[in-house]
Amino acid sequence: MPTRTFIEAIRETIAGEMRRDESVIVLGEDVGKKGGVFLATDGLWAEFGSDRVIDTPLTESMIVGASIGAAVNGLRPIAEIQFADFIHPAFNQIVSEAARMRYRSNNAVGVPLTIRAPYGGGVHGALYHSQSVEAFFSHVPGLKVVVPSTPYDARGLLRSSIRDDDPVLFFEHKKMYRSVRGDVPDTDYVVPLGRAAITRPGTQVTVIAYGLMAHYALEAAERVEEEGISVEVVDLRTLRPLDKETVIGSVRKTGKCLVVYEDNRFGGYGAEVAATVAEEAFDYLDGPVTRIAGPDVPGVPYNHVLEDWFMVDPTKITAGIRKLAAY
Amino acid sequence: MTATRQRAKAAPHLGAAAGLDDDELLAMYRMVALARAVDERMWILNRAGRIPFVISGQGHEGAQVGVTWALRKGHDWIAPFYRSIAMCMTFGMSARDIMLAQYARASDPSSGGRQMPGHYGDRRHNLLSVSSPVATQILHAVGIALAAKIRGTAQVALTAMGEGLSNQGDVHEALNFAAIHKLPFVFLVENNGYAISVPAVMELAVPDVAARAAGYGIPGVVVDGADVLACYVAAKTAIERARAGDGPTLIEAKVTRLTGHSSDDQQTKYRTEEEMALEKGRDALPRFRDQLRAAGILTPAVEAALTEEIAAIVTDATEFAEGEPDPEPSTAMRWVYAEDWPSETPPPWGFGEGDDDAGSGSEGGGPAAGGD
Ligand SMILES: Cc1ncc(C[n+]2csc(CCOP(=O)(O)OP(=O)(O)O)c2C)c(N)n1
Ligand SMILES: [Mg+2]
Repeated sequence: MPTRTFIEAIRETIAGEMRRDESVIVLGEDVGKKGGVFLATDGLWAEFGSDRVIDTPLTESMIVGASIGAAVNGLRPIAEIQFADFIHPAFNQIVSEAARMRYRSNNAVGVPLTIRAPYGGGVHGALYHSQSVEAFFSHVPGLKVVVPSTPYDARGLLRSSIRDDDPVLFFEHKKMYRSVRGDVPDTDYVVPLGRAAITRPGTQVTVIAYGLMAHYALEAAERVEEEGISVEVVDLRTLRPLDKETVIGSVRKTGKCLVVYEDNRFGGYGAEVAATVAEEAFDYLDGPVTRIAGPDVPGVPYNHVLEDWFMVDPTKITAGIRKLAAY
Repeated sequence: MTATRQRAKAAPHLGAAAGLDDDELLAMYRMVALARAVDERMWILNRAGRIPFVISGQGHEGAQVGVTWALRKGHDWIAPFYRSIAMCMTFGMSARDIMLAQYARASDPSSGGRQMPGHYGDRRHNLLSVSSPVATQILHAVGIALAAKIRGTAQVALTAMGEGLSNQGDVHEALNFAAIHKLPFVFLVENNGYAISVPAVMELAVPDVAARAAGYGIPGVVVDGADVLACYVAAKTAIERARAGDGPTLIEAKVTRLTGHSSDDQQTKYRTEEEMALEKGRDALPRFRDQLRAAGILTPAVEAALTEEIAAIVTDATEFAEGEPDPEPSTAMRWVYAEDWPSETPPPWGFGEGDDDAGSGSEGGGPAAGGD
């Protein structure tokens, strides 16, 4: 089976969808000739031309707002926000408009739109090139939020997102773009939205994670295996809708749950997962539902010592697993 | 008064310059008058306690009808705003459709009773659903125009808003993009001199919003919003230009707001009696009526019939909407997405509500059902 880096899988998937469906267009800053600052759209402009691969001005609200209109009038835009940190100027368009259009029009109008954005820290990006923004958007009914962790899932989930009739936020951890490689079949498979994956079976502790943290969780699980702790890792893949069945099913089996996320701990996405587990698996719990998450500072600091301090990593997750396993 | 069918002999036909015949002029006038009558009824219903909220288009109708008349119904697109009653009606919504929105009934085509009145939209007529955070819709219209250009549909997209809204950042982002790509887009600013209570001089450092068009390299046109035919001509020019691939136009219609901002606003707090009396003189309805009377198009007989017809339409619309059912609470979870998500289905209020088994939402049996 061919292997691909995370970003190769994304790039090829966009190209494939554009070949398959001529209503798919790409728009964003530097997505044309340059192929995007991370090269996620490299080669698309040459293949599909400037009608379908549009270099926009530096106007994020416009990128999303015009994509909404284009989606209403028959296209399936893929909007690239250059960094998730810069999605905030488009917040109103995403939350007030894209998310609510179907509900407020009583299903008369939908918005088939995919918004891609690189997120995450550990890349010397400091406060404004490291943010995790999924909590803001997964809070909003009407949006779907996807965070893949493998090239296989990136392809399958991106296909599902582009073909979906509702707005999808597709967050790609930028540290994974070139560091993560994996098998990607050449078939037209999809990974349906709203389904988590058990990426490592185990019996004593469930670790729930997504994105880069799904890798770190696996690493941590491997480390504690030697100590005799059996960890099951659930990679959520889609944050909204949340695959409660897989999450609850796993916790019912292990009786212990650690939620891991890179974003600030307070009110982060993992808090919702923890609440769900507490409500729906209480009778099965042998310990508190716990979290390992980013510290509550307003951003990832730049200096490498400080950045390491901020980032959740396998060592920190390992400590969390040990503590929970001891309950 | 001795209205007469015969025209002033030497004067050119009223619609000649605009390319409109008598029937069309009469139809336009009918729309201005009908929108006004529907609007006036809304206020009566509000004051009578029948509907909780009104936001009005009175004083804007002439510009809206004139401009919309130049679009192709069922082909072009409009992203309206909360004063766009006359615009939406010209584009295909009926008086019933407007009244259903006032009553927020299940059959309200704008939103099925989900949005406040004034948030008009109707997919059947290419009228895009509008939200409350102002000016966002300009980007949707620009996106619609972008899709029209890419798909080669020869559609034009228009959006309308007040001069206050026009200060939002989305307007800048939209005009810039539309101008760069010469999109088939028309931007109508209905300048009534106020954003709620704030006068235009406190909103804009220039007298005309249209002056800003120069910054985008597009035409900016100022037109008297009480002159229906001038509005039509300005729109026709802009739409032809847009359809020909020459890009967007900003049309600023100077209109007047004859009512408070909404039924929750007391405009005497910031507007003088004299000013409001003066503003009545800038109303398109009597001006258009006088023009048509003078041209012999609106004869007393025609006018009487029209008045009667409009009264009947408004009464029918009111009674119809009054009699329609409210939406069922059991439907309130629907259309968050195109399809249901079994893992996130009800009970909508969480622990302690509904059945043990999730997914009982379709029965409408939650504690809120049957409430107010
Ligand atoms: C983003 C946002 N800010 C504030 C408001 C409240 N608001 C609604 S309409 C309005 C004034 C708009 O004035 P203008 O654009 O001139 O339109 P007009 O009502 O005069 O027709 C304000 C402040 C809002 N709906 N959305
Ligand atoms: Mg105003």
